[in-house]
Amino acid sequence: MSKLSFYLPVLGFVFVAIALWRGLYLDTKTLPSMLIDKPMPNFELTSVEGSGVSNLDLPDQIFLLNVWGSYCLPCLIEHPTLMRLSEEGEIPVVGVNYRDRQDLAIDWLADNGNPFSFSILDESGRFGIDLGVYGAPETYLVDANGVIRFRHVSVLDESVWQEKFLPAIAELLEEGS
Amino acid sequence: MNSTATELNRKVFLILISIVVLLCSLLLPNTTYSQVDTFEFDTEEQQDRFRTLSDELRCPMCQNSSLSGSTGGVAEDLRREVHRMIMEGMSDSEIIQFMFERYGDFILFRPRLTAGTVFLWFGPLLFLFIGGLFAFGIWRRARTITDSDTELDKTQQKRLQQLLGDKT
Repeated sequence: MSKLSFYLPVLGFVFVAIALWRGLYLDTKTLPSMLIDKPMPNFELTSVEGSGVSNLDLPDQIFLLNVWGSYCLPCLIEHPTLMRLSEEGEIPVVGVNYRDRQDLAIDWLADNGNPFSFSILDESGRFGIDLGVYGAPETYLVDANGVIRFRHVSVLDESVWQEKFLPAIAELLEEGS
Repeated sequence: MNSTATELNRKVFLILISIVVLLCSLLLPNTTYSQVDTFEFDTEEQQDRFRTLSDELRCPMCQNSSLSGSTGGVAEDLRREVHRMIMEGMSDSEIIQFMFERYGDFILFRPRLTAGTVFLWFGPLLFLFIGGLFAFGIWRRARTITDSDTELDKTQQKRLQQLLGDKT
């Protein structure tokens, strides 16, 4: 009895200590997306370039959906990677110009280069809500059937591409064949 | 009942009282600073619902503030959506469902009761129960202590005198 009443608090302490210690390193900033394995939300909007776009315009192969804005500094950091991916034809990239102004978006693309097949203009942020976006940059991996399969929040640089996206794409290809 | 036992009983009682007071203080309303809303409503009831909803929904970007207390871009958009849905006559649970489908449990300050959130909901009760068991154990033991347990016999009395004598 006395042994138990001695070890029980010690065990309790160890348990709580481990739980709290793990808690220090948990990533609480990145929220899980609710849209994984769900089809991309329907949209009928205009592109940054000014033409009408809808789900029918999406590539019928695996593609990236990148949420960006001209005000977004981290978007500049990931921009070279997106440029390389689209220039080398590795994967089509569709943009969502999120909570921005059309003229600023056009200028930004002219200054930095345009990696996007097209960019959905979402000045009000309403389409972003359907996607569950909470801030640019975010990148979604969408499969050939238009189903969202993976989301990455914050900068997509070469190492994120290698470590997160390539394995996810390999998995999609395997399941397709 | 003797003096030592009542003294211990009193201490346990005081500890329990302070725990209860501490828990009650959590129930006091906490002040939140709301964003000035420029939305227009037809009825006061709609406005009240808007206030309640934007206090109960959490801003996904600026964590730990509600939609009503946040200047973040998403929070602004979501407040506008809540307003639109209220004006379109959607019920509170439909609005909450809309938010849940897009942002998940995170957006609810009061998460749904699922397997994953059971501990969140009932963990504190569990800890209260464990603490109560300990308090009860201490209280029960304190009741059985008698004066003879704390009185020194002759040899102990002598030893005490010796020790005190040495010091002074």
